[in-house]
Amino acid sequence: MNKRTYKDYASARAAKSDTPKNCLFAFLVGGGICAFAEAIKAGYLALGTEKETAAILVPCTLILLTAILTGLDLFDGIAKHAGAGTLVPITGFANAVVSPAMDSRKEGLVPGLGVRIFSVAGPVILYGTLASVLYGTVYCLCGAGGAI
Amino acid sequence: MTLLLSLLKAFAVGGLLCVIAQLLIDKTALTPARILVSYVVAGVLLTAVGLYGPLVDFAGCGATTPLTGFGYCLAEGVKKAIAEKGPIGILTGGLSGTAGGITAALTAGWLIAMIFPAKPKK
Repeated sequence: MNKRTYKDYASARAAKSDTPKNCLFAFLVGGGICAFAEAIKAGYLALGTEKETAAILVPCTLILLTAILTGLDLFDGIAKHAGAGTLVPITGFANAVVSPAMDSRKEGLVPGLGVRIFSVAGPVILYGTLASVLYGTVYCLCGAGGAI
Repeated sequence: MTLLLSLLKAFAVGGLLCVIAQLLIDKTALTPARILVSYVVAGVLLTAVGLYGPLVDFAGCGATTPLTGFGYCLAEGVKKAIAEKGPIGILTGGLSGTAGGITAALTAGWLIAMIFPAKPKK
């Protein structure tokens, strides 16, 4: 059996992922997390927190909750069903920092945890920062307040 | 009533951003890590061309909580730093705008890894 026919054979027998159901779960869980975030924001604002401070505190609160759920080994159970619903909100970023950190602690604090904590956060921060430098450069060249 | 409306708007926009990612996962070979990177870069670019700001005004946390919102913070940080300090803001603005989230994730990640035992391999 050559590679090509094996690939066809395997893909025909692979479990079909149920896209409509996945999308529904992603919508409900992802939307729910964002609505929850909005509710937390309203709570902080009601306590008299300044708007800019609340904008930082809300994602930090979600990150802390995700970190605890990941530590208690509860996050993966939710994420398995929610798919992109937990991946795309900041919860997915937080889980991608905490989970490899926990798994690699035994390999050491510097070569293990210290390196692996960035295994997903690293690329996200790298390419995000590069894009922001590109934007800043264009923004300056166009003259602040110019076309962009 | 205004709170309920803002919750609904956050739910709808945040949910839709997740559905787009779910379709990308199901229909393409993009891995979750690539999706996260794409979302952050897309957030920077959409903010740069002036599309993401209005979405944040409309949906609040529905637009800032997904990873595109991380990109929005990077871009807004750069814009603000350039306005305040000039071109040096190109270098200082992005990470300043996202410092809270990055620091919270790293601190929480390190502490949790210290406190909780590693998951047994399944």
